[in-house]
Parts: sequence; C-alpha cells; structure tokens
Amino acid sequence: MATQNTTKVARAMMAPSVIALLIWMIVPLAMTLYYSTLGYSLYNPISTPFVGLDNYTYFLTDPTFIAALTNTLVLVVGVLIITVGGGILIALLLDQDVYGVNVVRLLVIAPFFVMPTVAALVWKNMMMNPVYGVIGQAMSGLGLAPIDWMTDVPLTSIIIIVAWQWLPFATLILLTSLQSLSADQKEAAEMDGAGALSIFWYITLPHMSRAITVVVLIQTIFLLSIFAEILVTTNGGPGSQSTNITYLVYQQAISFGDIGAASAGGIVAVILANIVAIFLIKAIGKNLDA
Amino acid sequence: MGKIQLQSVTKAFGGVKVIPDLDLDIENGEFVVFVGPSGCGKSTLLRLIAGLEDTTSGTISIDGKDATHLPPAQRRLAMVFQSYALYPHMSVRKNIAFPLKMAGRNKQEIDKRVDNAAKILNLADYIDRRPGQLSGGQRQRVAIGRAIVREPAAFLFDEPLSNLDAALRVGMRLEISELHQRLKTTMIYVTHDQVEAMTMADKIVVLRAGNIEQVGSPLELYTKPRNTFVAGFIGSPKMNLMGGSDAKSHNADMIGVRPEHIDLSQSEGQWKGEVKVSEHLGSDTFLHVQTSDHSEPLTVRAGGEFPVHAGDTVYMTPQQDKIHRFDGKGLALR
Amino acid sequence: MARQVTKQRKIGMTVLAWAVGLLIFFPILWTFLTSFKTELTAISIPPQFMFFDWTTENYSTINSQANYFHFMANSIYLALGSTLLGLLFAIPAAWAMAFSPTPRTKDILLWMLSTKMLPAVGVYIPIYLLFINLGLLDSRFGLIVVLFLINLPIMVWMLYTYFKEIPVDILEAARMDGASLRQEITQVLTPMAVPGIASTVLLNVILAWNEAFWTLNLTTTDAAPLTAFIASYSSPQGNFYAKLSAASMLAIAPILVVGWFSQKQLVRGLTFGAVK
Ligand SMILES: Nc1ncnc2c1ncn2[C@@H]1O[C@H](COP(=O)(O)OP(=O)(O)O)[C@@H](O)[C@H]1O
Ligand SMILES: [Mg+2]
Repeated sequence: MATQNTTKVARAMMAPSVIALLIWMIVPLAMTLYYSTLGYSLYNPISTPFVGLDNYTYFLTDPTFIAALTNTLVLVVGVLIITVGGGILIALLLDQDVYGVNVVRLLVIAPFFVMPTVAALVWKNMMMNPVYGVIGQAMSGLGLAPIDWMTDVPLTSIIIIVAWQWLPFATLILLTSLQSLSADQKEAAEMDGAGALSIFWYITLPHMSRAITVVVLIQTIFLLSIFAEILVTTNGGPGSQSTNITYLVYQQAISFGDIGAASAGGIVAVILANIVAIFLIKAIGKNLDA
Repeated sequence: MGKIQLQSVTKAFGGVKVIPDLDLDIENGEFVVFVGPSGCGKSTLLRLIAGLEDTTSGTISIDGKDATHLPPAQRRLAMVFQSYALYPHMSVRKNIAFPLKMAGRNKQEIDKRVDNAAKILNLADYIDRRPGQLSGGQRQRVAIGRAIVREPAAFLFDEPLSNLDAALRVGMRLEISELHQRLKTTMIYVTHDQVEAMTMADKIVVLRAGNIEQVGSPLELYTKPRNTFVAGFIGSPKMNLMGGSDAKSHNADMIGVRPEHIDLSQSEGQWKGEVKVSEHLGSDTFLHVQTSDHSEPLTVRAGGEFPVHAGDTVYMTPQQDKIHRFDGKGLALR
Repeated sequence: MARQVTKQRKIGMTVLAWAVGLLIFFPILWTFLTSFKTELTAISIPPQFMFFDWTTENYSTINSQANYFHFMANSIYLALGSTLLGLLFAIPAAWAMAFSPTPRTKDILLWMLSTKMLPAVGVYIPIYLLFINLGLLDSRFGLIVVLFLINLPIMVWMLYTYFKEIPVDILEAARMDGASLRQEITQVLTPMAVPGIASTVLLNVILAWNEAFWTLNLTTTDAAPLTAFIASYSSPQGNFYAKLSAASMLAIAPILVVGWFSQKQLVRGLTFGAVK
C-alpha cells in the first residue's frame, strides 16, 4: 500500500486537519499565556502593562480559587462515583433476561441526549423547586420539610443534575463491555463452582475494568469543564458555593472584565486537564496497539 | 503482450531487506509460479510488479518499457487477491464492469464483455447478486472475471485458492489452467503450495527469504534441483536427505532420494528398518521407516497394496540413477 | 422447578429494570406531560400526572413567537454546518491514516485527541477577543468554525476506526482496476464506509446540537441556537413551566430520536474506539 505516491498523497490529505487543529490549539493557547502576564481589564483596555506572574498570584491566592478548585474536584468525584457505581448496577440489570429490555435501554440512555441547558432548567424548576418541584411536592406529601435545593445544597444539586446526564453514558459503555464477555467464561466459572458474587468479582469486574477506566477518564475531561449547568441554575452561588474553575474564569472575564486573571485561570485549567489527559492518552494509546 | 523483466530489484521495509537483489525474466504468455514458504517475499514481489509497492532499487519493465515508477493503473496488469477483494456494495455485474468503467468504455462494450466473461466463468446465474451472497468459489470466479475483462498484459494471482476448501481448490486449479490455455496471456501466480506450482506452471520460481533459489520447468526442478532447499521443497512427500557414510560412498556431503525412487523388499536391500507408520492413500502407500543408519525415518512409497504394517521389518534400495548429490553448501553436484 | 424459579426471577428483574428505567426517564416524561398542561395546571398542588385537560396551547404559543424557529434554524445550521465541514476535513485525513499509515500516524492521532482535552476556558479569552475584533461574535459562521474544530478530533478518530475495518485489498484492487485516487475514494471507499460515516455524522450532530459553552458565550441573538434560547428561560420567575417544557421538548426531541437510533455507534465514537 505504501508507494511514494500514496504516501505523498496521504500527507497532503492529512495536512488540512493537522494544520487546522494545530492553529486551534497553539494560537489561542499562546495568546492566553500572553494575556495571563498582562494587567488587562476590559474596562481599561488601553493600558495593558506587563505584570509577570501577578495574575497567577492573584488568581491562585484568591480564596474563591481554592473554593472553586475544591468544588471542581467534588463535582468531578461525586459525579464519577454516582455514574460509575450506578452504571455498573444498571448495566448488570440490563444484561439480564428482561421483558422489553430494548425499551428500558432507550429510557435509560435518553438523558444523555438532553442538552445541558434543558437538563439544568428542567431539574431546577420542575424537579427541585421547593414549592412546585416534583421532589418538593413528594416530600411535602410524605410530611417532610422540602429542601430548597439550589440555595441550601447548590453543589449537590448540580452533582445530581450532571450525574443524571452522564449516567447513561457510563451505563451504555459498561453494558457494551459487559455484553462482550463471553458466556463460555461465565459458564466455565460456574462449572468450577463459583457463585454469582465471585463470578462478578473475579470475572465480570476485571473484564469491565478497561471500560471503567475509559468512562472515568472521558467523563473527567468533560466534567472538569461543566459550565452551562451552573450558569442557568445557581450562577455559581450562593457566594461561591457552586463555582467551579471554568465558571470562575468566565466570571473573571465577563463579570469583572479581568482578562489577565481570567487568562491565568484558563492556563491553570489547562494544566489540570492535562494531568488527566496524560492518563487518558496512555490508556487509549495502549488500546491502539492491541 | 506481456513480457516482464525485473533487474536488480530490491525491496526493504524500513531497515529490513525483504528482497535482497533479484533478476527475473518472464516471457510473454508464460504461466509462472512463485513458490516458497510463508513470509519469503512472494506477495511482496508480486506487489512490486503490480505497482502497489515501490521498489527500493532496480527496474521493472513491462513489454520492454520501464514501468518502475508507473502507478498500478497504467501497468495494464490485473490482479486476483487472496481475499478476492470484491467490491461488497456492487453486484457481480458491476464488480466485473468496474475496470471497464474506469477505463471509460461505453456501455455497450462493457455489457458485451461482462456477459462474455460471465459465460466463460459460469457466472450468468449470479450476475445480479452481491458478493456477500456468493460462495467462496463463486467469489473467486468473479474476481477472475473482473481481471479478464480488462484483457490485461498479464494476470497476477496472489494465493487465489488458499481460502477455498480442498475439493474446490482442485477444480479452480483446473479452471485457471484452462483459462490460461484459452487466453494465452502471461500469468504470474503466487502460492506456498508446491502441488499447485507443479501442476499449473510452465515455469516455477522457487523463493527463499527473498532470494531466487531456482528457476525452471516443473520437471527440471523435480529432476535437477539446484540445492537441498529446492530438493526438499519440490515433490511430495519430501525427498529423503542423508549425510554420513551414504553420502561418502557417492562422493558427496549429502545425498537425496525421493520416496518414489526407493525399491522396497521384504527380504533384502541396502537399508534395513522397522516400519513406524504406514499411510494408505489408496493408490499409494507411504511408509515411514526407521533404520539404524539414519537419525530421521525414511519416507518410502510402496505400491497401493504392499502388505506391511507398523512394526514390520523392510529392506530398501535407492535407485542409483535417481540419487541427488549435494556438496557441503547444499548445492547440487552434477 | 428450576424453570419456575427462572421465570419468577425474570419477572422480578423486569419489574426492577422498568422501575429504574422509568425513574431515570422521569424528568423527561414529566417535561413532556407538563408541556401539554396549562401554566396553572403545571404548578397545581398536588401535581396532575396524566388526568388533566391536555392542551397544545404551549406549542402554539411558542410557534407564534416566530423567533423560536430562528433559534431552531440556528441549531440546525450549526449542527449540520459544522458536521459537513468536519467531514470535508476528516474523511481525507482518516483515509490517509487508515490506509497509508506511517510510524507517526499513531502519534498524530493521539495528538489530535489531546486537543480535544484542552478545556474551553483555556482558549476562551483569546477566541472571545478575536471574535470581537473580527466581528464574528454572534455570527453563525464563526460558531460553525469553532464547533467544527472542537469536534474534528472525534470525527477523524471515528472515521479512522471505521476505515480500518475496510480491507485494504479492496482499495488496491480498485487501484489496479484503474481507479484514480478520487474514484477510489468516491466510488469504492465511501460507499463501503457509509455506515461508519453515517454514525460519525449522527454523533457530531448530537454533540454540536448540545454544545453549551461556545454557543452560550459567543452568541447573543443572531446566531444563538436552542441551547441559548433555553438558557434565557433561567432568569424570569413565575408561571412559565408549561412553556419551558414545550420549548424544551422541541429542543430535545429531534436529537433524542437521532440518539436512540445511533446508540450502538455512540459507544464507539465517544470512547474513541476503545470500547466496541
Ligand atoms: N508493509 C510491510 N511492512 C513491513 N514488512 C512487511 C510488509 N509487507 C511484508 N512485510 C514483510 O516482508 C516479508 C515477506 O512478506 P510477504 O511478501 O507477504 O511473504 P509471503 O507472501 O511470501 O508470505 C515478511 O517477513 C513480512 O513480514
Ligand atoms: Mg503472501
């Protein structure tokens, strides 16, 4: 397949994509890096003095940053626990012999296709509103005091909304992996006298481990940059109780017009994401060889 | 026309030389078979000729014209792949018509040629099916049909029968031979199966690790193998090779005798041994006999009804004029 | 006896599975039901489940607000535009990587993937300023380019994994048969890759339709798609549940249907072929 001719053509056909992505990645990133060293306010765009690492010092020592970092981590970890744990359980359930399993499957994966702004608003208003929301009404019906979700437990609320959106993704992928487990293997283990629990522990779970890794890594990438859900529900508040890094950067830029600090925050977010990305690339790269 | 010449052709993948340095002439109308063990570079050589790979150095000419740097489409060669490589989304008719369509022939001519090919290959009944609905043998015919409509200068076959079951393989072997008789076009045929090589070829090229070990007619290779590799590769079952005192007595480092050139007796002979296994094939019986003189058992052909069983003692005598002698490097002594 | 147990077990599992399925689906179901209520019924206490006077007035209200279809049109425009642009770039690239791999192909693929991991906020500021300077803010063209770029790695990857499954022999056969490169791609590769290309298109339409960072931050009105339109409902308080529900249903229904049809391919696309 490899004649010089085809190799040359191949290079030419790859070039547009490579160049487009190269520009998309390098140019804005370099500019962000550059802005992050400037005292640059949208309210005074004429004077943009070089300030070295001041923006980083400002951004990193801002108590809101620590809060946002913590919130980001809590959000990511919380959603991961719910989606992976729930995903495994639901995948196991859907792998059973069940009447109408195809329909159940459609029901389960549906939330993934709901756009983030819709998901967030539906939950905020129709599920979690303390007075009119379904949850609030159910709680009143049971004689409990309804919770004002967005005010009392804003971060938890966002975790629930986001987990609802991502649970289908985890379920779908874990189910796919589960279904690629050969029946032979399970039967062989049964012949060897393994019970249902040991089969799950020693055969099913190890088989799914790759899929679980992939789910965790890919979700992390997306979860680190949750934005719309916060924007339309809590606006990061009350205070900074539900502000994550992405939202903080957005606030710095749009609400405070502080381009310098926002850029520094952007770079911090890039570094955080890169730490995760390295692991993901390794996991996927390994799979390329297999 | 279809005369193909390879001069000092080499091919390396990365740093690995797959074809070290090779010269070969293929005459117009010849049926040439490249044969050799798996991985020896047969496909690579064929693909070099086809233009699907670049040569690292050397020249390839077709009908006297340098084709080394021509793209595959301009070499006027047709190829039949091991996997058949049919276009799965096209009907048999469209598959066969594809090369003509690419050549910009008009519809009438395309139809005429496709119908003709379908008739030759007994494909008329399947002409509107997709490849997925055909059996292995039928797919193979479609692949051949796609090759013949182009009236190429030469046909290239890369192990075309290896995905077929044994019975079909024999049938298709005959069909391809007949096709060659009929078209008289140059055919280059790659196989690792020496039986295919022996039965089909005008000229066999035996390859080992990218080197040509010998070129010749089937009979030449059988009667005058140039070295122990060819001697062992051509002929079935394999020639018995032995060194030691047997070889010494013939003034050689190694001698070889084919199983069919050893006379068997139950009473007397040059070698005495015990029958380990006897394989009855009906027309022939092959005995594997362990002697005290040789480390490996000898293979001997007996007539269909030679009455021996495992454990019997037999005597064997090689036919003196059929003994092949080799020197220390394995080259034949003449 | 054993049969009976299995049967009981199956019924038990079925009940459990349906309960879980309906629980997860409930918010969407509720939105669907609410969209057919009057604003008053929508917030009635206790809530009305099915037995209310069904009305389509919310849909006609939204219908009469002509600008709803402006947002809808933008969503379609952005999703299709960015996907088509993506195909134009990604098919040749994936072709090259799948059928003419070099030792560096793998690195390039992984690098492309890594650009996907660049958080949007990392490049948000310069893109935002650039869009202001170039007058691209709130333009559909600018947004198409951005959506195209963020989804390009996924498209290349998906197509690559599909192309890899096409035997290279067939393309070589076409080459021997005299097909030019363009004919090889248009007449042999593309028809064979149609299922793969279709799923790539579906996934990217879904991703572009639901994208909610750039679409919210780079638009105001002219280029704003449904994500932004729905977001505008976050501010007004009061009796708007039924209309919000109707608008939401209109926004998610097309993509929900597309998604349901392409669930198998989604797994592969979203995991970059790591899980099939
Ligand atoms: N594209 C390639 N890249 C690297 N090595 C190759 C390539 N194609 C073939 N080879 C190597 O060249 C040798 C000869 O291969 P091939 O011509 O396919 O052998 P054959 O057809 O005789 O079985 C093998 O060792 C094979 O691994
Ligand atoms: Mg081969």
